[in-house]
Amino acid sequence: MAVNCRRCREAPAVIDIPHHQLSLCAPCFLKHCRDQVQRTIDAHKMLEPGERCLVAVSGGKDSLAVWDILLDLGYPADGVYLGLGIGEYSDASAERARGFAAKRGARLIEVDLATELGFTIPEARGAGRSSCSACGLSKRHLLNRVAVENGYRVLVTGHNLDDEVAVLFGNVMRWDLPYLARQYPTLPEREGFARRVKPLVRLSERETAAYCVIRGIDYIIDECPMAVGNKHLMYKELINALEEKQPGAKYHFFLGFLDRVHPRLEDVGEEDRAGLRPCVRCGSPTIAEVCAFCRLADRSRNKKARRRKRQRVAEEEAPGVPAGPGPSHPEPAGGSRAPHR
Amino acid sequence: MAVTVKLHRPTREVSVDGPVKVRELCQQLGLNTESVLVIRGDELVPRDGVLADGDSVEIRPVISGGAA
Repeated sequence: MAVNCRRCREAPAVIDIPHHQLSLCAPCFLKHCRDQVQRTIDAHKMLEPGERCLVAVSGGKDSLAVWDILLDLGYPADGVYLGLGIGEYSDASAERARGFAAKRGARLIEVDLATELGFTIPEARGAGRSSCSACGLSKRHLLNRVAVENGYRVLVTGHNLDDEVAVLFGNVMRWDLPYLARQYPTLPEREGFARRVKPLVRLSERETAAYCVIRGIDYIIDECPMAVGNKHLMYKELINALEEKQPGAKYHFFLGFLDRVHPRLEDVGEEDRAGLRPCVRCGSPTIAEVCAFCRLADRSRNKKARRRKRQRVAEEEAPGVPAGPGPSHPEPAGGSRAPHR
Repeated sequence: MAVTVKLHRPTREVSVDGPVKVRELCQQLGLNTESVLVIRGDELVPRDGVLADGDSVEIRPVISGGAA
């Protein structure tokens, strides 16, 4: 026999949320998601009422869910989609982002990584970082640039509770105090940098996916082919095994960190920031002369130039014979994802 | 008649005897209920929901490598 919604007690429940001891019908669940997001925005001073913002949209469930919720909560939210050059996966992701923007009548800014930076994510693979690490670094850099250049003071990302828990778990496993000090749902605005906010940190991945199903949002279900086997995904599987036995484990681990541990890391954060200076090339804060992103961009462009040279030589030596796969053929990554954001 | 189950990553279809609770179905297939959603038609089915013979459901993974 179907269980009725714990809130309205009228309609049958469609989803159970054990860590809140709730079973909810579709309308009450949508309200629950919006309430959780508004509560997060208020608690971490993410947005002023009605403040304009730019949402980083990947075509996946989280970024489309946060965009949808912000629009429903009355925030004038535009989207930005980065074309990463990951073959059919990027094409399908872009279609979802465009489809959502058209349906909601929202503005979507599209930026192509290869055009802006001179390399795609598959081309950056092997340039001293794993694909996921190169992707994260490039996205952080470029998304901020697009936000600032287009006059947005706030950049919204779709990081959910599971994302934050996996990052926290990785940082704790290595007791990386500077990274722990930097992990927070709001990173304040400073010169040249938009405020970065994560309004979904109180919602699990299961909740954001359920939100999209109920709202009829068409999102990309397939995993990025370059993320297969990454450490971040392994942490999520491990943590979900714990969550199934001990509902609320993820929620209390992350919220407990924010409430009880993060405030004690202020000194570490200050020490970390004191060692920063602007990158001589792009002005991003770094402890080196040239920041990690500019070094990655150099290595990726050099790698691409060397590959092209090898292809030219091979074609000259054996005309008509293909010189090997081009850069648009992604292969699964075996490396790890950088555990910080 | 049985419950027809569509799975992802990789995409495949299996049949399971009904009636069966979502929680038990996931257990039979070695899936963590925290990592998936079960969808019948276009409606979600909660973990204690019962699937009957003749039902067609999709088990959709919710874990992704990251966002934005």
